[in-house]
Amino acid sequence: MSVRRLILYVMLTAGAVSFIYPFLWMGSISLRPMTEFQDLGLFSKNFTLANYQAVFDRIPIGRAFMNSCLIAGTVTCSVIFFSSLVGYSLAKLKFKGQGAIMAIVMISMMIPGQLTLIPLYQLIVYFGWADSYLGLIVPSLMSGMGILIFRQTFMTIPYELMEAARMEGAGEFQILRKIFWPLAKPAIVTIGILTFMGSWNEVLWPMIVVHEKAMMTLPQMVVLFTKGGESGGQFGVEMAANMMLVVPIIISYSFFQKYFVEALASSGIKG
Amino acid sequence: MQSEQSHSKAGILFTSPYLIHLVVFFLYPVGFSLYLVFHRWDLMTDPEYVGLRNFTYLMSDHLFWQALTNTLYFLVIHIPLQIIVALALAIVLAKPLKGRVFFRATFFLPVVISGAAVTILWQRLYSTEVGLINYVLSLVGIDAVPWLTDPGIAMPAIAIMATWKNLGLYVVFFLAGILAIPQTVYEAAKMEGASSWHEFRYITLPLLKPTMFLVVVMSTLGGFNLFIEPYVMTGGGPLGSTMSVVLYMYKQAFSFQHMGYAATLGFALALIIMVCVFIQKKYLDSERYY
Repeated sequence: MSVRRLILYVMLTAGAVSFIYPFLWMGSISLRPMTEFQDLGLFSKNFTLANYQAVFDRIPIGRAFMNSCLIAGTVTCSVIFFSSLVGYSLAKLKFKGQGAIMAIVMISMMIPGQLTLIPLYQLIVYFGWADSYLGLIVPSLMSGMGILIFRQTFMTIPYELMEAARMEGAGEFQILRKIFWPLAKPAIVTIGILTFMGSWNEVLWPMIVVHEKAMMTLPQMVVLFTKGGESGGQFGVEMAANMMLVVPIIISYSFFQKYFVEALASSGIKG
Repeated sequence: MQSEQSHSKAGILFTSPYLIHLVVFFLYPVGFSLYLVFHRWDLMTDPEYVGLRNFTYLMSDHLFWQALTNTLYFLVIHIPLQIIVALALAIVLAKPLKGRVFFRATFFLPVVISGAAVTILWQRLYSTEVGLINYVLSLVGIDAVPWLTDPGIAMPAIAIMATWKNLGLYVVFFLAGILAIPQTVYEAAKMEGASSWHEFRYITLPLLKPTMFLVVVMSTLGGFNLFIEPYVMTGGGPLGSTMSVVLYMYKQAFSFQHMGYAATLGFALALIIMVCVFIQKKYLDSERYY
């Protein structure tokens, strides 16, 4: 029994190493001079920040970082706000056309995004939103999944709480703000993480609507940097750029690990 | 109760931003895609009506069929690999082991990281001469594998990377599925003298069917969405062996300005995805509806 257990641990540890070591190696290579690019170990006497300096010198990566923060932040706030409005309407109000709205939310989620990708790009060009924040942000301001999660959460909140607030003359928006939002914190965290991550990691859409460097998102710029030749094929410089893409996520993940896992796990069950 | 009227007012007010957004950024593009598939358009001149020519071209476009075959090749490797490894890890992590939270968190790490970052990293790991993976293989006496330069190996290489990236998520799904199985079922089976293999085969596996469905559907969607992986690693090569449908669509639209044909590719791909999910639903998801 204990031998079996030992074998299990050895295998699990080997697995864990294969998940962590590549990231550690990437960090190590990003801190070493070009001449050591073949070294697969983690340590060196020659650690240097030269690769990071090279990234900052060659591309406006700070700007790309700010762009990504701005875009993902705006999209996340909007999705939380508007999805909770629609989720509340579907869960707690009674009005004509409610069933139709629910049906259209489901349909919009069932249709694969590939169908609308090209026409959506043309719409953005028509609006004059190519190479602009509007083109990157506006199409993702709403989310069917956010609506479904809020609707499900709000349905579990008892009507009595609403009735009491209505007696005191509160309007529907006040009820949503003062009673439902505070009670739906886990749902807000879940939708917040899913939306922010989705927006932060998205590359295809930015690659379609943005070609100006000043408007690029972080992953897009890092991809262009490694693919487009500006990195000069230098491992260390590429990995330094990649580190700047990965490290913010790893830091937030290590602090809020539990929430990340819960959020993504629920995405599967609902989606 | 509050009057119906005030409900209506709030309901309309609360849902109208969403509905307006939906009409402009979803319904209109869907309609426009149906228009585009019958037209030829380079973005500069007016669209020209071409009837079904986009579709007849699609049927005979060997690059499209190659991209589709590549995707199937990816799925045939990715889905079973994903299920076997994730299920095995979930079974192990369902036991009261020390450090299981740490292991779960570790396997989950790549899930939260951008596909672009993982791809850029793995391109280096896959390097034939100086890559970490070939180095580890050389320790057990395996010759250097030309991961991204051999047409027969490049797609499996991408499938292995995708499995590594998504594994943690599916471990969590299976783990939730396993922990939801009541312990009494296993106790009853033990009383009947069932072996652990029988327990797995006749209790765990059948009861995990809904999770299995979820994993299959999500991996399938992932396969049809492949874009940045071949874009970064291989550019669709060698010899078109890693060209994915989305990458092909991207090239048709933005390298060749064939907007009508790119929209047709998107239309066909969406249709194929919906048919696949429908078939999977029919065969795998007999009892539960998500």
